[in-house]
Amino acid sequence: MVNIWIIASREYRRYFADWVPYMIAFVMLAVLGIFFYLNLQVSIIQPGYAPGIEVFLAPLATMLVLLIPAVTTRLLAEEQRLGTIELLLTSPVKDYELVVGKWLGGFLLILTIVAVTLIYPLILNQLIEPGIDQGPFISGYLGIALLGAALIAVGVAVSSFFSNQIAAFITTLGVFIIIWWILDPVARIAGAGGGNFELINYLNFSDHFFSNLFSGILDLRDVVYYLSVTAISLMVASISMEMRRWR
Amino acid sequence: MIEVEGLTKDYGPNRAIDSLSFHVGENEILGFLGPNGAGKTTTIRILCGYMPPTSGKASISGYDVVDQSLEVRRRVGYLPESNPLYPDMTLFDYLKYMANLRRTKNAEERVNQVIKLMNLEDRSESYISSLSKGLKQRAGLAQALVHDPEVLILDEPTIGLDPAQLIEVRSLIQDLGKTRTILLSTHILSEAQQVCDRVLIINGGKLVAEDSPERLKSRISGAQHIFMEIGGNQEGIESHVRGVNGVNRILSIQNGILEIETLPDTEPRPDLAKAVVSAGYDLLEIRKADLSLEEIFLKLTREERDEIAPL
Repeated sequence: MVNIWIIASREYRRYFADWVPYMIAFVMLAVLGIFFYLNLQVSIIQPGYAPGIEVFLAPLATMLVLLIPAVTTRLLAEEQRLGTIELLLTSPVKDYELVVGKWLGGFLLILTIVAVTLIYPLILNQLIEPGIDQGPFISGYLGIALLGAALIAVGVAVSSFFSNQIAAFITTLGVFIIIWWILDPVARIAGAGGGNFELINYLNFSDHFFSNLFSGILDLRDVVYYLSVTAISLMVASISMEMRRWR
Repeated sequence: MIEVEGLTKDYGPNRAIDSLSFHVGENEILGFLGPNGAGKTTTIRILCGYMPPTSGKASISGYDVVDQSLEVRRRVGYLPESNPLYPDMTLFDYLKYMANLRRTKNAEERVNQVIKLMNLEDRSESYISSLSKGLKQRAGLAQALVHDPEVLILDEPTIGLDPAQLIEVRSLIQDLGKTRTILLSTHILSEAQQVCDRVLIINGGKLVAEDSPERLKSRISGAQHIFMEIGGNQEGIESHVRGVNGVNRILSIQNGILEIETLPDTEPRPDLAKAVVSAGYDLLEIRKADLSLEEIFLKLTREERDEIAPL
């Protein structure tokens, strides 16, 4: 456990030596700010309309899908490129501790950046009467955290197979686009054709977020889904590190 | 301290090391000598717990490198051949991270100690990317030493250093060897002779020779080669050269340069010079050829073969 924390805390601090976290935070705040402003404008034009928490949550989820590859690609791929993986794998650290430590470092960074975006719901809470709906706010941000955890784990797993960071980045982004956008229409088409779409639908990454958590319903199945994706991905990454030894 | 028995590693169809067996005693510096691709790094990586062998056993301080890998890794300081470092960390942060990963007690104090030992005090806050090659090598050594390991495994630690740094690092290794067991891999014969208590030569994944540097040197320097350059007319020089005591045979004559093989443990150069000059030839140069590492391996492998061959 201590090893995981040593690796995670160093990874977390190391992000801030670079422009990546500032860039991600800037892009997120800017995009969310634009959506916020537009919705406020709409509510002025249309007196009956009051924007809710969903005006940030949907773009925030999309931004995570697009920006997390920038956070995860370096985690293991860079160690392989620098050769420092040899130092880590000959230190008294278990392979899974290394993988989980890397994941935790990335996850803490994403949590930090997501925490910064909380200013918008807080501002909104002041603007509308009687304040924002607490349910969707809590379940939505819990969903964002779960989504982030799972996406970072998938990114770590992809990163473990590469030594070239650009290749790792593109592959991660490709995988994210498939599980976030492509599985959804595939499930619909399979469903319309009368085929068995249960499995595809279950794997659909975005559906687990948007169907319940997004609208304030906390369904244990969605929580379990994201946690199992996280666990399985981290296992895959550990096995990939183990295989590296045998090569 | 280090026991290796029948260690074999295959990379697909290629056998990198072939049933290698040796041991390193406590507080001994063992030189691990071999040309590039001999299997030095593979052996070292197995010992450090980076990868498992295909077959055979190895243990460090009584712990098996496969079954008790974590125990081994706690006790070994390892400097990989490529000396990997994190360029975007400061030297102090880097060493502290490495110390923490190996669960060093009083990590900061220990980091300051190794920084002092490596003469890096004024660079401890520098980013590693700004260090020169020699300083980086010292940073790598500091990393290997930071958890005060019983066993140090250094893979070509002097590669890419300038002569002054070379001397410095070698004497440092000798100092460290007084209280630690060191396995030092190198492809420079003179380095192994200078630093090590015992030398192990491997080639093509197999153990070729194992001896003290002095004995090895005398084994190698039996017959020697002499190069002699003659200016102007060289006609008939062979007969004059062959007549000199200690000359075994002439290996080649090309553009006035003769390559001569001597009989073992003889020094025919003074007589050669006199004979050639008194016969009226213009002697431009005469020198003993240093055997290259490749020639030494050839010699040693030939020697082994000769021993086996029923002649």
